[in-house]
Amino acid sequence: MSEQSDQDILLRIRGLRIEGMSGDSWQEIVHGVDLDLRKGEVLGLIGESGAGKSTIGLAAMGYARDGCRITGGEILFDGMDLAAAKDSEKRHLWGSRISYVAQSAAAAFNPAHRLIDQFTEAPVQHGLSDKATSEAEARELFARLQLPDPDGIGQRYPHQVSGGQLQRAMTAMAMSCKPDLIIFDEPTTALDVTTQIEVLAAIRDAVEAFGTAAIYITHDLAVVAQMADRIMVLRHGNLVEEGETRSMLADPKETYTQNLLAVRSFKSAEMANPVGEEPLLRVDNVTAAYGKIPVLHGVSVDIHKKRTVAVVGESGSGKSTLARVITGLLPAASGAVSYNGEILPPNYRQRSKDQLRRMQMIYQMPDTALNPRQRIRDIIGRPVAFYLGLSGKQLEDRVRELLSLIELEPDDYIDRLSTELSGGQKQRICIARALAAEPQLIICDEVTSALDQLVAEEILKLLQRLQDELDLSYMFITHDLATVRAIADEVVVMLQGEVVEHGSKTEMFKPPHHDYTDLLLSSVPEMDPDWLDDLLAERAELAKQGRVLKAADH
Amino acid sequence: MNATLKLLASAPWSAKFGIFIILGYAFVAIFAPVLTPYGETEIVGAEFELWGDGFILGTDSLGRDMLTRLIYGARNTIGIAFLTTILAFLLGSVTGFLAAAISGWVDQLLSRVVDVLMAIPALIFGLLVLTIVGTSITNMVLVIAVLESTRVFRLARAVAMGIVVMDYVEAARLRGEGLWWIMSREVLPNALPPLVAEFGLRFCFVFLFISALSFLGLGIQPPTADWGSMVRDNATLITFGDITPLMPAAAIALLTVAVNFVVDWFLHKASGLKE
Amino acid sequence: MSQILKMVAQRFALGFLTLFIVSLIIFLGIELLPGDIAEEILGQSATPETVAAFRKELGLDVPAHIRYFDWLWGMLQGDMGRSLANKREISELIGLRFGNTLFLAVTAAAISVPLALTLGVLAALYRHSFYDRAVNVVTLSSISFPEFFVAYILIFLVSVTFPIFPSIANISDATPFWDKVYKVLLPALTLTLVVVAHMMRMTRAAIINLLASPYIEMANLKGLSRARVIVKHALPNALAPIINVVVINLAYLIVGVVVVEVVFVYPGLGQLMVDSVSKRDLPVVQASAMIFAGTYVLLNLLADILSILTNPRLLHPR
Repeated sequence: MSEQSDQDILLRIRGLRIEGMSGDSWQEIVHGVDLDLRKGEVLGLIGESGAGKSTIGLAAMGYARDGCRITGGEILFDGMDLAAAKDSEKRHLWGSRISYVAQSAAAAFNPAHRLIDQFTEAPVQHGLSDKATSEAEARELFARLQLPDPDGIGQRYPHQVSGGQLQRAMTAMAMSCKPDLIIFDEPTTALDVTTQIEVLAAIRDAVEAFGTAAIYITHDLAVVAQMADRIMVLRHGNLVEEGETRSMLADPKETYTQNLLAVRSFKSAEMANPVGEEPLLRVDNVTAAYGKIPVLHGVSVDIHKKRTVAVVGESGSGKSTLARVITGLLPAASGAVSYNGEILPPNYRQRSKDQLRRMQMIYQMPDTALNPRQRIRDIIGRPVAFYLGLSGKQLEDRVRELLSLIELEPDDYIDRLSTELSGGQKQRICIARALAAEPQLIICDEVTSALDQLVAEEILKLLQRLQDELDLSYMFITHDLATVRAIADEVVVMLQGEVVEHGSKTEMFKPPHHDYTDLLLSSVPEMDPDWLDDLLAERAELAKQGRVLKAADH
Repeated sequence: MNATLKLLASAPWSAKFGIFIILGYAFVAIFAPVLTPYGETEIVGAEFELWGDGFILGTDSLGRDMLTRLIYGARNTIGIAFLTTILAFLLGSVTGFLAAAISGWVDQLLSRVVDVLMAIPALIFGLLVLTIVGTSITNMVLVIAVLESTRVFRLARAVAMGIVVMDYVEAARLRGEGLWWIMSREVLPNALPPLVAEFGLRFCFVFLFISALSFLGLGIQPPTADWGSMVRDNATLITFGDITPLMPAAAIALLTVAVNFVVDWFLHKASGLKE
Repeated sequence: MSQILKMVAQRFALGFLTLFIVSLIIFLGIELLPGDIAEEILGQSATPETVAAFRKELGLDVPAHIRYFDWLWGMLQGDMGRSLANKREISELIGLRFGNTLFLAVTAAAISVPLALTLGVLAALYRHSFYDRAVNVVTLSSISFPEFFVAYILIFLVSVTFPIFPSIANISDATPFWDKVYKVLLPALTLTLVVVAHMMRMTRAAIINLLASPYIEMANLKGLSRARVIVKHALPNALAPIINVVVINLAYLIVGVVVVEVVFVYPGLGQLMVDSVSKRDLPVVQASAMIFAGTYVLLNLLADILSILTNPRLLHPR
């Protein structure tokens, strides 16, 4: 930022240092970050977990959470140093001139009050408006943010409204005083992709309409590309790179930024299904229910040898239930699961040791998938001993071999506890544990969604390499279409417990399709800053032709 | 060993104090016969003799040496409370783990029985049962062990439930592991920290419970030296401004405070590790 | 709204079912005893004739289920049978004493509830301060004290060393109200000291838990005053946990009363029960146990119902 535009500067942060409580001592987590924000500008803060982006976002308000403290630097908002300001001075600004939109609207709305009362609270308390005027403005804003029934929705309590709507209501609440600056803290991260689009569009529209400046915090570069004029890339509490959105996307200077941008470029070569060969796993017309609530309706999927089938769907689509039926944790009510032509008992307890061995599973959360009290040696060694009966030196050699296979140095890791490892390393151990059983099929349940993007990509590459070397088949359950693009040979799209479409990856990424598939595919944000505009224009065009692509957000 | 010492060194003063006190009590309880000048039930002087030569803390209502009774009281009261707590723990945690692991009707049955037992206040239930079966140490130990085991059951079940739904337990099930392996290798090691803390708390409750019953004359029976009944037997002295009867009561209080301090630190530590 | 009525009705049904089962256990516990309760109580020296007479007196010659329903029906009408020790009507013995026990418990509650809530909320608001840490150590110690220890320390201090209060709380029907309050103050104070520690620790934990919720952070970041954040945003949601804490501790108080009554020779239900236990006066013990347990169950039921009625998610269903 050049100094001549000083007049325009709304927020200027210099040398910001923040410490966090870790264990019993304070440790610096933000190491002297500078930031400038002009009036009406949208700045994107991006980084992986531990980058300090949310902490910086809150510090821009002069606020630090419990267990955090601002230890150095200036936070000049319109000339006033919030780092040094008194609590009462800050409260004067909060809500009226700077406001905050939290990641989880469901948790950030008070369950005891109606939405409208929570909306009008800030303007009335700050003495900017009276209740009736503010309520009228609320209805206008609700309409602008495309909430259904803008006149009546305010009368509801938070738990009576869906997640996507609540996130828009929270944006409306943040705008209730027409603030100069809004901090958006990962506002769409908890939402499904198809819902995310509408919230993104609503936020952008409102911010533009009122000329509000904003800091938009996210881990997703493609999302920030749609929203921000300028982007700051953060890592481990330091600034990595800063620049105008378009120029940064076109020409990133730092290696880290280049890696982040390249993250979705990994793509395995697609392999067509072999003709006339019996599939390894056949799920035939399976129906299943939790108690009396049906979750799967006549689902059929085939997985061939050495192939990867991606099962795609949003939350509640039944994709994880499908995995539970295949593994036998949830016995199917009707239909059959057969392996190599042999029908498997529906309940895992009735399956033979060898049937269990040939099909392994990798979980979403490596933290909960590894026993925190066991050493790596035992975690990986147990299936080797259990299924293959190895012991002593042979067992140890095999564990070391497996560790090398997943690219972890055996001497360094074999005696560690899983709690001493990073998320990516833990997931590698989970892979090794699955491989230890020498399976033919591995079910991967959202295995990359809890990981940072760069780590996730490494895991995908590892899985692809293992497939090539060990002739494995994968069933990949995911909501992330970038993952599908990267690794799938075949794609199955699920919606509300049914398969709506399936085919090869190439077929699936070429329209036209079932409405839902199109909606899902087109909703995945791309790095192109014009993507959202183009998409909205396209959907408007389709709507004129009578084909409405819209999330069922009720 | 070194790590343990380091951990202890990092403890706050309250926990260090607690550990010191607990060790002191253990020492006194174990070496009671060596430390005492007289026999446990031996009548050595007149009734209610004052503090002084021969009887450092005077004598009690029957002319037995107070100090001797106090030291033997450590052995009897703590020993019985400890035994009762162990019984309560064995019963409560085994049934709690089984309820969580097997679930279904076993869990339903055990949980409903515990619900009913917990609907009656423990002291009242204890009094009722002691009326029926009569007051004796064995009866008291069994009654309290059963009553306290209900609370252990609730905790053990809840902790085990939290662990059983973890993916690593699911992975073990899908591998084909049996119930015994899952309980001993996957669940137990992870359930241990909260159960250890609970053991400390339960011990305090049991200890206070036994003391209260003895104080009411319904617990440990004479002539066995025990702190609760010592307070009851000599309480009249207080009205004469003699604090001797407060000493066994203070001995009870000090030990429970010490255990609570250590447990508090332990819980703080355990919750800190999770974050 | 119908959903909430349904839940409340369910809790009521459950509460009464519990009471029913509790009464079964209390009354039929003697059936579980191996051997004969009459022989057990009278001892081995009793002649067969005395045992037979005693069995008749206890009603043991009648089948258990009939005896149980007779007893239950009597209880509901206030007829609890006669004491074995002095042959008096139990309802006569208990009536007055239960009133005294309630009087003591209510006095203790009137002091301890406001005190504990204030101290607990303050500790939560000024977390990590010196006050909070001091309070933590003090309350942790005081929940570790046996009730009789607290009681005798108080007696030693304020009735022996400084004779302000009487060490014996011997009230009767004829005692004037303020005299009663004066005499009951020391036992009430003992109970208060024991209960306040528990109650304020629980209050503190509940409030801290609440203040950590994202909607409280949001209320702060809306620039509302501290007072408004507490009153408008924390309080409506704090009601359920606080009610729970209070009622649990009231239930505890009802039971804690037993030891304190014995120390102060207070003519309450607790002392009667303890006396009857040592005399093995079974009918009196059963009746007192039923009254204590009933109060306890009803208080817990009350906590359950109040926490349903203050839950906004249930008050305003989708």
